[in-house]
Amino acid sequence: MAHLLKRLSWLAPLLLVPACKPVVLSPSGDIAARQADLLVQSTLLMLIIIVPVMALTVFFAWRYRATNTQASYDPDWDHSTKLELVIWAIPLLIIVSLGALTWVGTHLLDPYRPLDRIDAETPVANRQPLQVQVVALDWKWLFIYPEQGVASVNRMAVPVDRPVEFTLTSTSVMNAFYIPAMAGMIYAMPGMQTTLHGVFNQAGEYQGLASHYSGHGFSGMRFKAHALDGAGFDEWVAQAQASGETLDRARYLELEKPSENVPPMAFAQVDPQLFSRVVNMCVEEGRMCMAEMMALDAQGGMGLPGIANVAALADADAPGTARPILGLPPFQVSGICSVEELNDMLASAAPSDSAPRELAPLRGRGLDAPQGILGLNLLPNRLTQSVPPRGADQNL
Amino acid sequence: MAIPSEIPTTFLLGRLDWHAVPQDPIVWATGVVVAIGGVAMLWMLHKYRLWSYLWTEWFTSVDHKKIGIMYIVLALVMFVRGFADAIMMRLQQAMAFNGSEGYLNAHHYDQVFSAHGVIMIFFVAMPFVTGLMNFVVPLQIGARDVSFPFLNNFSFWMTVGGAVLTMMSLFVGEFAQTGWLAFPPLSGLGYSPYVGVDYYIWGLQVAGVGTTLSGINLLVTIIKMRAPGMTMMRMPIFTWTALCTNILIVASFPVLTATLVLLTLDRYVGTNFFTNDLGGNAMMYVNLIWIWGHPEVYILILPLFGVYSEVVATFTGKRLFGYTSMVYATVCITILSYLVWLHHFFTMGSGASVNSFFGITTMIISVPTGAKIFNWLFTMYRSRIRFELPMMWTVAFMLTFVIGGMTGVLLAVPPADFVLHNSLFLVAHFHNVIIGGVLFGLFAAVNYWWPKAFGFRLDAFWGKVSFWFWVVGFWTAFAPLYILGLMGVTRRVRVFDDPSLQIWFVIAAFGAALIAVGIAAMFVQFAVSIRNRDTLRDVTGDPWDGRTLEWATSSPPPAYNFAFTPVSHGLDTWWDMKRFGQTRPRAEYLPIHMPRNTGAGVIIAGLATVCGFALVWYIWWLAALSFAGVVIASIVHTFNYGRDYHIPAAEVRATEAARDRQLSAQGA
Repeated sequence: MAHLLKRLSWLAPLLLVPACKPVVLSPSGDIAARQADLLVQSTLLMLIIIVPVMALTVFFAWRYRATNTQASYDPDWDHSTKLELVIWAIPLLIIVSLGALTWVGTHLLDPYRPLDRIDAETPVANRQPLQVQVVALDWKWLFIYPEQGVASVNRMAVPVDRPVEFTLTSTSVMNAFYIPAMAGMIYAMPGMQTTLHGVFNQAGEYQGLASHYSGHGFSGMRFKAHALDGAGFDEWVAQAQASGETLDRARYLELEKPSENVPPMAFAQVDPQLFSRVVNMCVEEGRMCMAEMMALDAQGGMGLPGIANVAALADADAPGTARPILGLPPFQVSGICSVEELNDMLASAAPSDSAPRELAPLRGRGLDAPQGILGLNLLPNRLTQSVPPRGADQNL
Repeated sequence: MAIPSEIPTTFLLGRLDWHAVPQDPIVWATGVVVAIGGVAMLWMLHKYRLWSYLWTEWFTSVDHKKIGIMYIVLALVMFVRGFADAIMMRLQQAMAFNGSEGYLNAHHYDQVFSAHGVIMIFFVAMPFVTGLMNFVVPLQIGARDVSFPFLNNFSFWMTVGGAVLTMMSLFVGEFAQTGWLAFPPLSGLGYSPYVGVDYYIWGLQVAGVGTTLSGINLLVTIIKMRAPGMTMMRMPIFTWTALCTNILIVASFPVLTATLVLLTLDRYVGTNFFTNDLGGNAMMYVNLIWIWGHPEVYILILPLFGVYSEVVATFTGKRLFGYTSMVYATVCITILSYLVWLHHFFTMGSGASVNSFFGITTMIISVPTGAKIFNWLFTMYRSRIRFELPMMWTVAFMLTFVIGGMTGVLLAVPPADFVLHNSLFLVAHFHNVIIGGVLFGLFAAVNYWWPKAFGFRLDAFWGKVSFWFWVVGFWTAFAPLYILGLMGVTRRVRVFDDPSLQIWFVIAAFGAALIAVGIAAMFVQFAVSIRNRDTLRDVTGDPWDGRTLEWATSSPPPAYNFAFTPVSHGLDTWWDMKRFGQTRPRAEYLPIHMPRNTGAGVIIAGLATVCGFALVWYIWWLAALSFAGVVIASIVHTFNYGRDYHIPAAEVRATEAARDRQLSAQGA
């Protein structure tokens, strides 16, 4: 189908006349390309029925117009079992095919699924994906490169043909992370972590954007995604390292304050646990991390004394902390673990399963085997187990 | 637009202070125009002494026909507002290129798109559909009114109350800047501290009471008040779709109410249902709101499927093909509409298996929907199609809706949705089904049932002008959005940086202008038809050679609808009556038991609206007072024993005789 699409691609200018780059249909990354293929396949499959229906509508409307007394008229004909069978069966057959396509496609292109190929010809050869941690802030994007130890705002670079694993969260409201040329979008949500795998196959500068409305500065929440060759990427990292600034918790809290149309920034050093802290909503001093909270609850919680374990907000003017008119002033739950315990907790989670998959065609074997009695309880809780990379455990 | 995050509240006015005065010149100008128009209208009402006529004949009426018409008037008024928002968005997006900020700032633009969605769904489509069901269903089932006539009046005024609150937000304070579903945490107090979201909440809560009650009312009406002989499988197809719609309303609107209550608690008393912190979960809101939101889509479209079925059968002069499968298709859609809500957020990180499940259930809905399309198609087969306006809208619908359906199924394929979600492709899709499905159907319905409601047809010329501008305008406005979606352009964006996109937005804006002409032509059509009502007059009560019972009575129908309750012996009851030469009984009239008008609905709904306003602005004394007023007025109403009266047999005889004279005059 990809070949058919490519063969027909010369038709595109006819369909979409002036100045049109249908990036969704001709993207530069393998995942987005496969998503586009599926889009085209589904459309063609449906056109099998849509085109005849539209043609018949026009034909019947013309043929049986009142002025055409030549056409037969059968006012009491209102049932035909054979016809009924056909009109239920044909859509059903198409939906069965489309459903099969959907099931396989959804699993193959699941954003959580590590890539098994770079492009149609090249399998992933045991290569670890590049880790990029993404935080949606009001209203800019923060990219943390844990391996390289650098970070950037509103500009992202990745090497061409290297799988990338984005782990995403947000600091304030819901957002969606979308680089149309690379892979489909995924939401970035506060206190939650999502994952997206993708790869760029062509070098270039691409548009990245927030696709879920997030408030006042939403329109300016865009960034450039650069797909660079290996040397170019190293240079990009070196440039960031040369910028000299450090992104620690204090600097992050400053960065977190709402701002619009933010020009790109770079950070030479990043607190390796920053992303974990953002996901666990404990960047501020003295605040209990969600992982800590859940660990406590898992052991039965603190009981009644627990309700006393609160404090005034570290920053009463922090965004998103208005006092409800009939309620208590906003407060935070105080952390009780020591710094060391917390570091262990934030760092000790199980590593995510990022090994490339088997490349055999998907016949049900490429999927996660159901575990547990009903296939439930499949995944470890991703929320509490956001993982800083191994070895990066110094706390700035 | 600097509204401080914390505004001090006073006892008397809550947080209502000078910040509530909009500082935007556009809003100012609109306010002035609206004020002048409003004063002019009040003056006209006063001059022609229409107050008491409106109050006694319309506002306090419990007649389902009048309430239906009032619902539709409300929908048309709100449609003008919602469309003004649409034009503003199209203009802004066509302008904001090459460093231009356009003419709307973010605070204003974000309100505009939020209000557009809220108004078009809750205060245009919903009242339009409800009004239509209100008007048509009792007539189609041979009933004299709905089961609970007072409740019907009250429901209408609650809907008006919600609309008033929403409109008020334009001039007093602000509306939500959250999108039409107000996802937290953005809609939480922390990120939307001012009154916008509170207007949203209380507007929808007040209107939601009306919608739920009207759903119960129509549901009971259809189940309990059908004419003798009209078994379920002899119900006209529009009544069937209305039944399913009201089942959906009754089952899903409480979910919306509960969801908004939770959001209200978060905002007012500091609970943490949907906050980021302290165990809140915004995903829960997203799930809940779409558990209401998806059935809502079918609440809107199902009755229009019924309209198309009636129109096709009437104007083809042929029995509806596959009535039984049509009914089962409707029931299937009703049930399936509860199993698909997650397809609105495939991209929020559900696993592949969950996404596939909801993708496939969504696709399955297209099977019964497809069956319906085929049924209309084969009704047209071997027929004699009269291309009156309702039929034209129906054919336009069939050709437009299949495209919208196709893009909908496309979006149900999760990997495709991952690249198209939140894009203008999505926007184009749902406008394709809502305009191409719901709105075209409503226009078909207005042209179809107008003669029944008022006794004269609508002018065909201006109807055709409206039709062609609408259909061409629709495609001109939304085809570019499909293309932009494929270019990776997302929705709700105010300013663009890629100049190559501009041409498409300009085309879309031009399409919106064509639609504006179509809308204007529709109002001209109404005006011209009212002026020429004598030449367009229909005294038969059956101008289209109809098939169902509403065409058996006069146009407009008398207050009691039918002097004698009709008896149904099959589908297409009126068609059979005509075929077998059945005549109206003309003797032995009996007094007819009817509900009496009451002002209680207006009063209680008015108090509820005041309560909503007070809660928006934290004016606690007023909220308490008006809430107490609602309770007291409701209790007082229960002591109103003069709720019914009998139309004397002589009056019925006189009315029916007058109709006979008209008919024979026309026959002669």
